[in-house]
Amino acid sequence: MSETSKSEYTFKIKPEESWLRIDLKELWQYREVFYLLVWRDLKVRYKQTLLGVLWVILQPVIATLILTVIFTKFGGIETGGTPYVLFAFSGFVIWMYVNTSVSQASNSLVYHEQLVTKIYFPRMFVPASSVGSGLPDLFLTLLILFVAMLFYGVLLTWKILLVPLFLFFALLVALSMSLLISSLNVRFRDVKFIIPFLLQVWMFASPIFYPLGWVPERFQPIFAINPITGLLEGFRYVLFGNELNWVVLGISIISTILILVLSIFVFRKMEDDFADLL
Amino acid sequence: MKIIEIKNLSKKYFLRSGNRKTTLRDVALGMFDFLKNKEKKKVLWALKNINLEIEDGETVGIIGNNGAGKSTLLKILSRIIKPTSGEATLHGRTGSLLEVGTGFHRELSGRENIFLNGAILGMKRREIEKKYDQIVAFSEIEEFLETPIKHYSSGMFTRLAFSVAAHLDPEILIVDEILAVGDLAFQRKCLRKMRDINEKGRTILFVSHNMQAITRLCKRAIWINNGEIQMDSNAEDVVGTYLSSQLKTSARKSWNDLENAPGNNTAKLLEVGVCNERGENASTFDIRKPILVEMVYKVLQNERVLMPSLQIFNDQGICVFTSHDLDEEWRYRKRLKGTYRSYAKIPANFLAEGNFFVAVSATTYEPLTEHFNEKDVAAFLVTDSLEGDSARGDYAGPMDGIIRPILNWETFVEEKSGRVIDDK
Repeated sequence: MSETSKSEYTFKIKPEESWLRIDLKELWQYREVFYLLVWRDLKVRYKQTLLGVLWVILQPVIATLILTVIFTKFGGIETGGTPYVLFAFSGFVIWMYVNTSVSQASNSLVYHEQLVTKIYFPRMFVPASSVGSGLPDLFLTLLILFVAMLFYGVLLTWKILLVPLFLFFALLVALSMSLLISSLNVRFRDVKFIIPFLLQVWMFASPIFYPLGWVPERFQPIFAINPITGLLEGFRYVLFGNELNWVVLGISIISTILILVLSIFVFRKMEDDFADLL
Repeated sequence: MKIIEIKNLSKKYFLRSGNRKTTLRDVALGMFDFLKNKEKKKVLWALKNINLEIEDGETVGIIGNNGAGKSTLLKILSRIIKPTSGEATLHGRTGSLLEVGTGFHRELSGRENIFLNGAILGMKRREIEKKYDQIVAFSEIEEFLETPIKHYSSGMFTRLAFSVAAHLDPEILIVDEILAVGDLAFQRKCLRKMRDINEKGRTILFVSHNMQAITRLCKRAIWINNGEIQMDSNAEDVVGTYLSSQLKTSARKSWNDLENAPGNNTAKLLEVGVCNERGENASTFDIRKPILVEMVYKVLQNERVLMPSLQIFNDQGICVFTSHDLDEEWRYRKRLKGTYRSYAKIPANFLAEGNFFVAVSATTYEPLTEHFNEKDVAAFLVTDSLEGDSARGDYAGPMDGIIRPILNWETFVEEKSGRVIDDK
């Protein structure tokens, strides 16, 4: 039994708190709940489908193969010397992670209604756990990407050490969109119906299976407002040594930070009403 | 020391006249609504200016009708919803149990769910590991721990869920209506566990519709009505007052106006009441104390032999007994006109816990005539304590039966085998 002195722990319940403040101390206190939400997601996912792991691999592989066949048929694409298969696959590795996280997270608060209306813990953990539980899949597909790179004889450089940085970038993109969409979905129950459509639009608007070079140069900075653009440019730069447009990367980073701040703001603002709305 | 301090706590909800716009489509279509008549919002105060202080180590029962605000209060104290105004200060680690089995996942095994649920309820992993064996033993489902809980019966599920919850060890425990689950033996265990928790000096806030559990477990109770504290006092009094308000029958009823009093031109009923052995009005009685039923009536004709009688009903409408006045002094004696006051004493350790209703009548013989017979004229509540000297002994759970006498038990050894190791 933990015999902490009683005056040591005092908590005040008041109507409003600052919306932008994130109580890091509290997040840390409750961290085990987060681990368990992720662990539960993973456990259930892999328990239910033996095909689970296979599916994770097959999705980007099949998408890549189809596009490779199509584009080589139509005369190939200028991808800066990288085999198109690797180019597209690297795009899908990141995209599948963001896509799966966001679509899982979008309905997460509603799905975890029971928890949200009965127990207190930082609500951000709910959509964040979807982002967290996507990580093993990301690592798995990344591993396959590395194997494929070896197969195609792409030389790894020291820049490969920067890969984690871009994975973190991907995580932030997934997290910000997840926070935003999941909280909106509590308030507006039809959000979940437009999510698949929006994700599809987002995919086509991102240089996943086509190079940024397809976009006229003067539009590229606008294109970079989409965080995926800079993310993929940077990711391919550290993997394949493609040319990097630093302006594009910079705009995407700033845009990601702004979206994250906005998402936290919206989430915090709506958070207090979750239990009443669900 | 005060462990919970609540100051002017209020929670407001808007009841919209129309449907709430729950989809983007509605919002888009309703964008120009403000040009039309302004939507009228009705305000509902789920809680209004609640002020409350709870001492360290108290067990406080919270009662009230559905929708009175009990759960809103618990949810605010559990930080699930935010108050509209006011504040509450908690001086201790708080664990809340608003539902049994929160966060359980059907696909996961019993063992996995223990860890999951424990963490969700605020236990650290090390804490759960330490208590794991106790939790398993308490749940009595050792052999199914590796089975996914979707294969559990609802009873097994409840056992497991409550076992985890019962091993929570916060300084403040907030519990919402959870005793309505499980079989009797398990309920008994749970009640005992709650008592243990309280005896360890923990503070418990406890919402229940089970008034007997409230009076058994809590010394203090709070009655919340329409979002406000209606009464805050010792549990017996609060439960008694609450129940009589529900029943619309109080401990005493009188008729001031002889015209409208029940009865005929031979006898009229003036007053009925229940009181304790000192003759003071009361509506709640300890099972170990006698109850006096008092009736005042007017005899309007001379020279009649009149027999008052009394019936007690329980809250299911079952007549517990009928009692005739056999007092030798009046049994065959002709009465003069006048007002009479009769007492009937219901002995201690006789009625079971619960609500009882009094019916009174007056009869004369030759010819047999009933002059009045009034049902539900008074009501009272019998509570049982856990002090061990009532018929329940040390058992804390629910007991069946409408009477609860203390009987003489004797045991004789018929045949002996083995040897009892006497540890005394």
